[in-house]
Amino acid sequence: MKTTPFFKAVMAIVRKDLQAEMRGRELVGAMGIFALLSILIFSFALELDREARTEVISGVLWVTVIFSSILGLNRSLAMERDQGNLDALLLAPIGRGAVYVGKLIGNYIFTLAISAILLPVMSALYSVSLFDPFVLLTLLLGVLGFTTVGTLLATMTVQTRAREALLPIVMMPVALPIILAAVRASTGALSGSAQGDWIGWVQILGALDAIFVVMCFFLFPFVVEE
Amino acid sequence: MTPLIETKGLTKAFGLMPVLRKLEFTVERGEFVALLGHNGSGKSTLMRMLCGLSKPTAGTIRVGGWELPNEADAVRSQIGVVSHKTLLYDTLTARENLRFFASLYNTPIDDAKINAALTRVGLGKRGDDLVRGFSRGMQQRLSIARALLHSPDVLIFDEPYTGLDQDGSIALDGLLKDAHSAGHTILMATHDLDRAAALATRAVILSRGVIGVDMPLEGVSGSQLAEAYRRVTGVAAGG
Repeated sequence: MKTTPFFKAVMAIVRKDLQAEMRGRELVGAMGIFALLSILIFSFALELDREARTEVISGVLWVTVIFSSILGLNRSLAMERDQGNLDALLLAPIGRGAVYVGKLIGNYIFTLAISAILLPVMSALYSVSLFDPFVLLTLLLGVLGFTTVGTLLATMTVQTRAREALLPIVMMPVALPIILAAVRASTGALSGSAQGDWIGWVQILGALDAIFVVMCFFLFPFVVEE
Repeated sequence: MTPLIETKGLTKAFGLMPVLRKLEFTVERGEFVALLGHNGSGKSTLMRMLCGLSKPTAGTIRVGGWELPNEADAVRSQIGVVSHKTLLYDTLTARENLRFFASLYNTPIDDAKINAALTRVGLGKRGDDLVRGFSRGMQQRLSIARALLHSPDVLIFDEPYTGLDQDGSIALDGLLKDAHSAGHTILMATHDLDRAAALATRAVILSRGVIGVDMPLEGVSGSQLAEAYRRVTGVAAGG
């Protein structure tokens, strides 16, 4: 019996996703354009003074990251659906968990790449530096939580006809605690208020990530099995 | 000798609708079995269960001595699947696809092995081309190379001729014959009775979730098989 080791299977899936993306740029391209257009529209729509900008920038950042992430998640899982590729992954002698973790890491990398593009552009547009260590930590944790939930739910919704519309509808309520904690933590970090006032949100975000990663890992086999 | 594939009392229902009813079915090592039946007769459901993609409602499935679903990974490592969908990534090259699937099956592979696999299916010079630029026939040939990569005991073909033109179908005939000659056990669901009669060693005709006919195909012509098919299903082939 030749069962493939867990991490070998995970790395193969991640490598494949990166290779496909490097070639086609279908995912990051669409996500990036959407994200840049969104922050431009927000920038024109919200003509605010410096103080007000500091208050809203964290919300703008998360709305942009979340919706571009949804766009990417839909496309990433649609790629597995189009030619029956999800079946091909499930036919291999690898654990279902490896498929989930592989797709999760790929989606996490793509969303972080978009965030990395967003940060300098938003910092310039809104004249507020987003390169704060705690904002970066919040971004790492928030994106992890969001893509964890999103990878599981996108695997479900991609099997339906209305997948593009369905994913945000099912995802937002589930991911709400993550979004709430991420927005509160990054707003706190940018506002200059005492660390003790908002650091709890970062800790909550970390705890939520741990809960969602474990839960989604164990739920994934039920989502893909008939 | 223990059969390579064995089902006992295999039942599958979707809600209250039974698709397979207490199916008793065996395939011996080295056989080429054509699985026939009209749309909705349960062919694809049976195929999906044999691959471990779908769980039975009742009954047991053993492949190579391993039982599904408890020993699914062991079963999957012995099976290669070619479906009417290509199961390939069209943004990757043929070579990248094969390398990826070899990793999933924990099969050591180098460029020489990939070249040999591609040459075997007539794609030796197209290894670095994107799959999205391939014709349907070329994609299906690459799909066979993918299915053979880990040297599986059993090859499962689920309507592999779908969408193929005449040349593509002839090329696929040759690959199926080669795979059978090389010792692979083949189970193929198809609507093409002439091809089934020409290639397979045995035909199993499903109707309403049970086996209507299980017959050897030695010396049986396409028209004789079509007559058996009509008797069992009540409709002409392709209906």
